[in-house]
Amino acid sequence: MPEQQPYEPERAIAGTGMGGQMDLGASEAVTLEKTPGGPEGTGPQDKPRSLWSDAWHDLRRNPVFIISALVILFLIVISIWPSLIASGSPLKCDLAKAQEGSQSGHPFGFNGQGCDVYTRTVYGARTSVAVGVLATLGVAVLGSVLGGLAGFFGGAGDAVLSRITDVFFAIPVVLGGLVLLSVITSNTVWPVIGFIVLLGWPQISRIARGSVITAKQNDYVQAARALGASNSRLLLRHIAPNAIAPVIVVATIALGTYISLEATLSFLGVGLKPPSVSWGIDISAAAPYVRNAPHALLWPSGALAITVLAFIMLGDAVRDALDPKLR
Amino acid sequence: MGRYVVRRLLQMIPVFIGATLLIFLMVNVMGDPIAGLCGDRECDPATAAQLRHEFGLDQPVWQQYLTYMGNVFTGDFGTAFNGQPVTELMGTAFPVTIRLTIIAILFEIVVGIVLGVVTGLRRGRPVDTGVLLLTLVVISVPTFVTGLLLQLLLGVKWGWIDPAVSSEAPFRELIVPGLVLASVSLAYVTRLTRTSIAENRRSDYVRTAIAKGLPRHRVITRHLLRNSLIPVVTFIGTDIGALMGGAIVTERIFNIHGVGYQLYQGILRQNTQTVVGFVTVLVLVFLVANLVVDLLYAVLDPRIRYA
Repeated sequence: MPEQQPYEPERAIAGTGMGGQMDLGASEAVTLEKTPGGPEGTGPQDKPRSLWSDAWHDLRRNPVFIISALVILFLIVISIWPSLIASGSPLKCDLAKAQEGSQSGHPFGFNGQGCDVYTRTVYGARTSVAVGVLATLGVAVLGSVLGGLAGFFGGAGDAVLSRITDVFFAIPVVLGGLVLLSVITSNTVWPVIGFIVLLGWPQISRIARGSVITAKQNDYVQAARALGASNSRLLLRHIAPNAIAPVIVVATIALGTYISLEATLSFLGVGLKPPSVSWGIDISAAAPYVRNAPHALLWPSGALAITVLAFIMLGDAVRDALDPKLR
Repeated sequence: MGRYVVRRLLQMIPVFIGATLLIFLMVNVMGDPIAGLCGDRECDPATAAQLRHEFGLDQPVWQQYLTYMGNVFTGDFGTAFNGQPVTELMGTAFPVTIRLTIIAILFEIVVGIVLGVVTGLRRGRPVDTGVLLLTLVVISVPTFVTGLLLQLLLGVKWGWIDPAVSSEAPFRELIVPGLVLASVSLAYVTRLTRTSIAENRRSDYVRTAIAKGLPRHRVITRHLLRNSLIPVVTFIGTDIGALMGGAIVTERIFNIHGVGYQLYQGILRQNTQTVVGFVTVLVLVFLVANLVVDLLYAVLDPRIRYA
């Protein structure tokens, strides 16, 4: 089993990765102590497993992973076929029913415009899942390619890229979103996704860079290089598989925060705008009526919180499975 | 130490230029500021041209940027389009946001670290699992939802606080907004402290400290905490900039007239100078906070020496 270097996604999320290394001696001791035995329940007769099958072995037995994966599966299904569980249209509203509470056929009641809160909450999942998944894919690909190349080749390109990531970290995200998205009139998810990719890649790039730098010092990489492997072969066959774990962990956790960011931007009026259906829009629209119709605020908020929670818990579970140090 | 500080200060220059240039470019695609000035009507072309010349908007972007930065370093942040100097807006907005940030940081330090130490020392016990779940929930609920819910419960339903903060924004009224602003970071601080404490608790120096008979509280405060707080200090330090910039949402919910409010107004009204001015200051705060954090390392961890 390849030995994992210590990494802390929680620190990475804050965008900090510089400076003093803490107590390396102790953490190495912990790693060594923990790795040889493998996870509990593995007898010595088991054949040695790769990091990935080891992680999968752990994940299948982790209730947190199973629950969050089921929630996410459900969200993906209803974002593709919302009509499976909601028959009406999210845009069919009846002002006469504005702010009315729960009644038969309309379990969540009506919002300030008399739209059915249940239908809108179901349809809102599509926006969140689309933004989360697509933005994460974009960020992960862009960030790991740039960071990976910079980490592998080093030199001037690396120095420039590191300064560029520093620049992006210095700009508050919500603020950047307000400035950039306030001019865009297109009412689709694409500008929001583009913005998140633009401001999100430095986070992944920093992780990927560090992880590639660690991986390329390994003996098997030196050996492959000595045998005459080309740079592309080194990167793709030897470094990438061993450096990608931290990227996956951070990206999964980031997915949840991107969903939250989309809702925040829509809440501020610069993400998606009506008539698009988004939890952020619905929460923002319900805020003024909160005294009379709190349900219109609570249901989309709850759906949003559960979605973000599911992705963050999934990321947590994946991290625990991929990082032997935490066992 | 002196040389290290100088080197770090020099490193800050490209980041500062890059970040301000980036925001300057972003603001420049924000649309025509003159159009915003005329309100809903179409501008008179002659007036527009004259205003454009007056504000220097007929020059190329890079030249506008240089002129602007030149002015900033002489303390002139320009005037908002309503004729009020931007520095005057800053004078009223920054004290409010700084108070809000102080409260948020205090919450992070006091509540976050205490919870982190308590759970880190009791890893796997019910109290640990409970707090861990709670932090996950807090991280998952976006700040604007937390804010609206607390406003609904404490302000509207129970009447403990005023739902909106008055324009003077004294500390007393900023406690709940400060908690909202801190909430997500608070959860991160708790988790970070917990991980760090749990990890260092198994280290040799803690075993040695216990073996030589030090009382438990002394082992924890003097040996364990001091070593475990290094990543936490990093997080809190870099969070200062993020909190001040992220206060937009909180300030909007509680109607606080701070930096976030001014920025939001500036962006809505396409008020270039206000937006760039405030962001420039925020970027500076972020960079200085990072520098201070790096210097604090040496204080917390004597093994780290800056040549």
